[in-house]
Amino acid sequence: MLKRLLYSGDPFIWLTGGALAFSLLMIAALIWIVAANALGFFWPDQLRAVNLQDGQKLLGVVRATEAIPQQDGSDAPAQYRTQFQVANRDLYGSDFRWVDDHFMTAHVFPEEVVYLERYEWGPFFGFLTTVRQDGLVLTEGFAQAWPKFQELHTRTQATLDKIHSIEKKDIGRINYELERLRIALKSTQRKETDPVRAAKKITALELEIASWQQTYETMAQELTALYKENARYHIVVQDINGKQKELAIAGIVRAFLPNTMSGLERFSLYVTRFWEFFWEAPREANTEGGIFPAIFGTVLMVIIMSIVVVPFGVVAALYLHEYAKQGPLVRAVRIAVNNLAGVPAIVFGIFGLGFFVYGVGGTLDQLFYQDVLPTPTYGTGGILWASLTLALLTVPVVIVATEEALSSIPREWREGSLALGATKWETLQKIVIPGALPGILTGTILAMARGAGEVAPLMITGVVKLAPTLPIDGHFPFFHLERKFMHLGFHIYDVGFQSPNVEAAKPMVFMTTLFLIVIVIALNLVAISLRNRLRSRLRFGVF
Amino acid sequence: MEDREKSTAGSSGHAVTSPRRPQTGSGRVSPVSVSNQTPEVRITDLCLSYGDTPALKHISMDIPRGQVTAFIGPSGCGKSTLLRCLNRLNDLIDGCTTSGNITMGGLEILDPTLDVTALRKRVGMVFQKPNPFPKSIYENVAYGPRVLGIKNRVRLDELVESSLKAAALWDEVKDRLHESALALSGGQHQRVCIARTIAVEPEVVLMDEPCSALDPIATAKIEELIHELKEQYTIVIVTHNMQQAARVSDYTAFLYLGELIEFGKTEKVFTAPEKQATEDYITGRFG
Repeated sequence: MLKRLLYSGDPFIWLTGGALAFSLLMIAALIWIVAANALGFFWPDQLRAVNLQDGQKLLGVVRATEAIPQQDGSDAPAQYRTQFQVANRDLYGSDFRWVDDHFMTAHVFPEEVVYLERYEWGPFFGFLTTVRQDGLVLTEGFAQAWPKFQELHTRTQATLDKIHSIEKKDIGRINYELERLRIALKSTQRKETDPVRAAKKITALELEIASWQQTYETMAQELTALYKENARYHIVVQDINGKQKELAIAGIVRAFLPNTMSGLERFSLYVTRFWEFFWEAPREANTEGGIFPAIFGTVLMVIIMSIVVVPFGVVAALYLHEYAKQGPLVRAVRIAVNNLAGVPAIVFGIFGLGFFVYGVGGTLDQLFYQDVLPTPTYGTGGILWASLTLALLTVPVVIVATEEALSSIPREWREGSLALGATKWETLQKIVIPGALPGILTGTILAMARGAGEVAPLMITGVVKLAPTLPIDGHFPFFHLERKFMHLGFHIYDVGFQSPNVEAAKPMVFMTTLFLIVIVIALNLVAISLRNRLRSRLRFGVF
Repeated sequence: MEDREKSTAGSSGHAVTSPRRPQTGSGRVSPVSVSNQTPEVRITDLCLSYGDTPALKHISMDIPRGQVTAFIGPSGCGKSTLLRCLNRLNDLIDGCTTSGNITMGGLEILDPTLDVTALRKRVGMVFQKPNPFPKSIYENVAYGPRVLGIKNRVRLDELVESSLKAAALWDEVKDRLHESALALSGGQHQRVCIARTIAVEPEVVLMDEPCSALDPIATAKIEELIHELKEQYTIVIVTHNMQQAARVSDYTAFLYLGELIEFGKTEKVFTAPEKQATEDYITGRFG
């Protein structure tokens, strides 16, 4: 009976089906866990005011519940405790608080409670009492203070936007010009041999520098005025136990009343926060704000890597498969290439540091950026070197896939083309390579997926915790590939393990992970749809 | 079309026998020239081996111009190899060595310095398995002319049309020239390949079992086409199918184990073969 069952092959079908089902389950579980932990992060929960047995009160959001470990090992009924996010880091020193369930007596959801998102110190949960202008009380009591606060908040935010615009655009421009002039000055001093001409040039440059500095002074004054204007408005808030705190209105990102919001308002706030998370730069050691620079860096790096790795890998595979005389040497090369894919990523990172950063970058600096030295331009980690290192890491994938694609082109097509008097190159160009393109794109997809997920080699070739500027901006030459960049993979590591406030940053870790997954999937989908289009053209149409 | 002038003197089909060829054993061939017409291709003492394995042994024959010559013989006898010598497609195979001569209008085909692409433009080939490129019908047929450097759209259109007409396919595909050739049926595939081959206006068309992958109706169409094409082209066809050889060819060469056993007018080879081996094969006693 058993023998017959084995003979029929059914158990093996079950085994293969089971293995597939298990793999699918694991993928689903992975996405579920990440999404479940991440997606709730931006939902504006109600704030619960809890009375405690010692007469104190607590205001916060329930984040977790767990059984209290029994100390003596007795089997008494389990006791539970609850974790509250209480915020007000500047008052309590910690964002979270565990409370044993039996220690709580009652809870309510007070209507007037406000949720303040702040630029610093994390959120504040409490009550608005007073709005102050120039140190004098403007309005008192929630009913009057709340509308006044909202009006002033809008105004200070507008001022803040103006400040940011000046700092980023105008002063950024001034700094850029000053740096350019400083380098020009240095270059003139070094290169110009004729003292008369040198003096003339230097005077001209110094004049220009002085004029820019003049502009800077004006800007700085304007900034000071704006800051002063914003510093006039404060609010006084108090926590659930009546502890008071004065906050600058300009320091508040957003304020809302979490316990009186309608479902629609909640949802719209959720979407706004999500949107901000995508588009904003991080704040507070990456634990707040958005992740846009990291998304940008990841995508740009993968694109640069693909631009480098695909032509390089395809050309190498073409030679290996089409032109090289097949023999022991080519076999050895092929084995070496395949094994390259198994080399630990950090090894590539070290190679990238030694070869690209110090070797190529250092030489470039010596040749073209001498005026800036000793500050390195290319002789330090940057997005270009990180991309090239990853390109090296993924080139075996492209070579193997391309070779595979080339050998899948039917011999009849090649012979048919050759028999018509085409040369080998014409055949490759018109028949073989177009036919192999879908396979080549499959290799590209694999390479991109591998490259987007790699972190270790980047840490030593150009990724940083916080990059002040994006690698692409409005200053000539627009692409600044020598710049350091942020990367989602590294961001996850940084927020998760290097942040000063790990507990508060936990949802950020999951959110960022979710975005990394989404971006890898999105990049793959683009490549896959491209491949499918090529395939159908290959099958049914013209290329 | 290239210069097809050939010497007509002494074209009366004299035997070319190689002194090196051993004259022992059965099935030796002495007549290699079987017609009074100008030979299109003259093969002299051709030997070919793959590595150490000989595949063709001392083959000498004249392939007559404007006629259909069929190569028959059991599998592995070397008929396809012989065919592929005529356009040097065997070059693609590593370890393939040849000796002897093949001349076509003064052109030494086996000369290693020969520009094979130029040769292949004069000697077209239709393969056993229909191999249209994954392109449109138009692009398939225009492939050869484009390789020749013809860019003029009007000229290309003309060539495509005339080639498809010559391949008896025009009426079936004229409304969908820019659709994929792969969407056609098997028989149409092969006719696209024939149109593609004659679009470069070759002198010789080689056909390597062109009907072996086709159904009887498609086969009949291709055979009909061969009849028409021989007006303009010299055709060399390899076939497994004895009836087909009898139907389409004017001359038949029987190869066995790499040797040319018998070569003559088709009706003679089929009705009164000189060699016992030929008769055995044709009557189905082996093969």
